[in-house]
Amino acid sequence: MNHRQITRRGRIVRALLLLRGALREIFDESAYARFLTRQHVPSSPAAYRAFLRECGIRKARQARCC
Amino acid sequence: MWVVIAGLGALATATIALRRGELINAMWLVVAALASFALGYRFYGSFVAAKVLALDPSRATPAERLDNGRDFVPTNKWVVFGHHFAAIAGPGPLVGPVLAAQFGYLPGTLWILAGAVFGGCVQDFVILLFSVRRDGKSMTEMAREEIGRLGGFVAYIAVISIIVILLGATALIVVNALKSSPWGTFTIAMTVPIALLMGFYLRRLRPGKVLESSAVGFVLVMLAILAGKWVSQDPTFARYFTFAAPTLAMLIIIYGFAASAMPVWLLLAPRDYLSTFVKLGTIALLVIGILAVRPVLQMPALTRFVDGTGPVFAGSVFPFAFITIACGAISGFHSLISSGTTPKLIRRETETRLVGYGAMMAEATVAIMATIAACVLQPGTYFAINSPAGVVGQTAEAAASTIRNWGFPVTSAEMQSLAHAVGEQTLFNRTGGAPAFAVGMAHIFSRSLGGDAVMAIWYHFAIMFEALFILTILDAGTRVGRFMLQDALGHIWRPLGRTSWYPSILSTSAMIVAAWGYFLWQGVKDPLGGINSLWPLFGIANQLLATVALCVATTIIIKMGKAKYAAVTLVPLAWLVSVTFTAAWHKVLDPNPRIGFLAHARQLAARAAANSMPGLSRLILNDRLDAMVTGALVGLVALIVVESVLVWGRVLSGRNRVEVREAPFVASRFAAEEQA
Repeated sequence: MNHRQITRRGRIVRALLLLRGALREIFDESAYARFLTRQHVPSSPAAYRAFLRECGIRKARQARCC
Repeated sequence: MWVVIAGLGALATATIALRRGELINAMWLVVAALASFALGYRFYGSFVAAKVLALDPSRATPAERLDNGRDFVPTNKWVVFGHHFAAIAGPGPLVGPVLAAQFGYLPGTLWILAGAVFGGCVQDFVILLFSVRRDGKSMTEMAREEIGRLGGFVAYIAVISIIVILLGATALIVVNALKSSPWGTFTIAMTVPIALLMGFYLRRLRPGKVLESSAVGFVLVMLAILAGKWVSQDPTFARYFTFAAPTLAMLIIIYGFAASAMPVWLLLAPRDYLSTFVKLGTIALLVIGILAVRPVLQMPALTRFVDGTGPVFAGSVFPFAFITIACGAISGFHSLISSGTTPKLIRRETETRLVGYGAMMAEATVAIMATIAACVLQPGTYFAINSPAGVVGQTAEAAASTIRNWGFPVTSAEMQSLAHAVGEQTLFNRTGGAPAFAVGMAHIFSRSLGGDAVMAIWYHFAIMFEALFILTILDAGTRVGRFMLQDALGHIWRPLGRTSWYPSILSTSAMIVAAWGYFLWQGVKDPLGGINSLWPLFGIANQLLATVALCVATTIIIKMGKAKYAAVTLVPLAWLVSVTFTAAWHKVLDPNPRIGFLAHARQLAARAAANSMPGLSRLILNDRLDAMVTGALVGLVALIVVESVLVWGRVLSGRNRVEVREAPFVASRFAAEEQA
C-alpha cells in the first residue's frame, strides 16, 4: 500500500470515528460513559437507572425543535 | 475554485428564476442551494465571525472553564454539529415548504436560500456565540439581562405560546395524515409498545446501549410498516385502526397527557431516540434519493395562487410564503436550542460558526429537498391532496373538476389509482402537507429503489417518519411547557413549582394539553381544513420568536461597540418585523373571510343569523380566539422591539453606561496546547 492509500484510509477511518462519536453523543451513550467515569462504577442496570435519574429532568426540559 | 462555485450558483439561480413555461430538473435547485450555502458560509459567515463577533480562539468557553462531565463538556466540533443539527431538525422544514409550493417552486426556494444565508444562519450563529460568552445562558435570560425585565417576560410568553400553537398545528398534521388510514394508524400505534420495549431493553438487558436498542426499534418499526399492509387489507383488523379525524384527535390528546405525566425513561426517552434514529436516516435517504433520481419538477415556477386565492392556505405570496416556510429559512425556536445544550458543548469559540451557521445551512438544505418532494408531483395531484373539501368540493368528482378549472389537469380516476398504489382509500383533502410530502418522497424513492411495487411501503414509511417525529415533539413539547408553567406557578404557590409533586404534574400537564388540544380540536372541526388557520398562526409565532432573538442579538452587538455592523442582524430583524406584522394584520383584519379571522367570524355570524346551524357559535369563538392570540403576540413583540430601540438609542447617545454581561476572559488551555 502506498503512502497516498494509507492517508486516504486514515481519513476514512477518522471520518467514521467522528460519525460514531456524533451518534454516541446524540444518543447519550457518551453522556452515560462520562457518568460511569465520574461515579467510578461499571455499567449495570442500577448504574443506568441512576444515570437516567440524573439526566431525566435535563432531558425532559430540552425543547425539540419544529 | 470559489469563482467556479459562484458561477455555478449564479447559473442555477438564474435558471430556476428565469425559466418560464418549461419543466426544469430538480438538480438546478440542489446546485443553487449548495453553491449559495457554500458561498454564504465561506464569505458571509467568515465576515460575521471576524468583524462582527470577533471570535477569539484564545478565550476559554464555558465547556472548558466549567467542565463537569455532565452539562459542560468540551466536545469535538463535528460531534457538536451533529448533536445541534439533530436538535434543530424538526417537521417544520419538511411541512412548510410543501405548503408554500402552492405558489410554485420559485418563491419558496428563493426565500430558503436568502433567508437562511442572511437570516436563519446568522441568528443561530450569533445567539450561540452570545450564549457561549455568557456561560450558556438561555435566550430568555439574555433578553432579561440585555434588554430589560419586559424583554425576559415577552420572551417567556412567546416561547410558551409558540409551544402551544406548534403542538396544536403539528398534531393536526398527524390527524390529517392518519384519518381513515388503518395502515398508517397501525404503524404509529405500534411505535408505543416498541418504545416501551426499547425502554425495558435499555434498563434491564443492555444498559446504556442506546444505538443498539434504536437499531432494534427501527427494525421493529419496519416490520410494523410491513404488517400494516396486512392489517389494512383484513376487514376485521382494519376496522379497529380506522378512525375519523375527531376520534384521532381525542386519542392524540389523551396520549399527550399520558406521555407528559409518565416517567421520562418509560416512553419519552426511547421514543426520542427512535425518532432521531429514523429522522437522521430518512433525511440522508431523501438526499441520496434525489441525487440518484434527479427528478424533473412538474410544478411551475409561479402559480396563479401568488395573488392570495390559494386553496392550501389563503393569502398572497407576501407575506404568507415567508411565514409558511418558517423553520426552513429562519426559526425562532432555534434560538432556544442555540442557547440551550449546544453552547455548553462548544470547545473553542471559533467552532460556533460551523455549529451555528453550518447546522442551519444543513436544515435549509432539508427544506430544499422538501420543496423538491412536493414539486415533483403533478400540480393537479398536489392540489387534490392539499385542498380542503370546503374549498374544492365534497366529492372526488367535484374536487377534480374544481382543480381542472384552475388549469391543473387531474381526474378522480387518476387520484384513485394513486391512492391504491400507496395503499390508501383516498388521497383527496389530505391537508397538512405530510401526505403530499409522503407521496412525493414515495415517488422519488420508488424510482430509485424497488419501483412502483414498493410505492405503498415508501409512502407509509414517510408517513410513519413524520408522525413519529411529530408525536415525539408532542410529548417532549408538552413536558417542556409543563415545566415552564410549573416554574411560573411556583412563584404563586411554591408546591406547584415542585416538578416531582404529582398533583402539580397532573394539573399543569392538563393545562398544557388542554391549550394545544383546543387548537387541535378547532383545526379538526374547521371546514377549511384547519391548516389554513393554524399553520400561519404557528408561522407568525415562530417568526416573532426570531424577532425577539434578533432584538437580543442587535442589542448585544450595539453594546459591544460594533454598531457599524449592526445591519447584520438589523436587516433580518426589519424584514421579519415587516413580514410578521403584515401577516398578523391580514390574519386578524383582512376583509376576505378566507384570510381574516374576524371577517370569517362575521361571515359565520351572518350565516347563523340567517339560519340557525349547529356548531357555528363554536367556529365564531375559534376565529375570535385566533385573532386575539395573534394580536396579543404581535402586541408583546412590538413592546420588545420598542424597548430594544430605546436601549440602542440610550447606548448610542452615550446616556447609558454600556454593560456587556459577558463572562470574564480566561485563556484557553486548548489554544496553548495547540501552539505548543
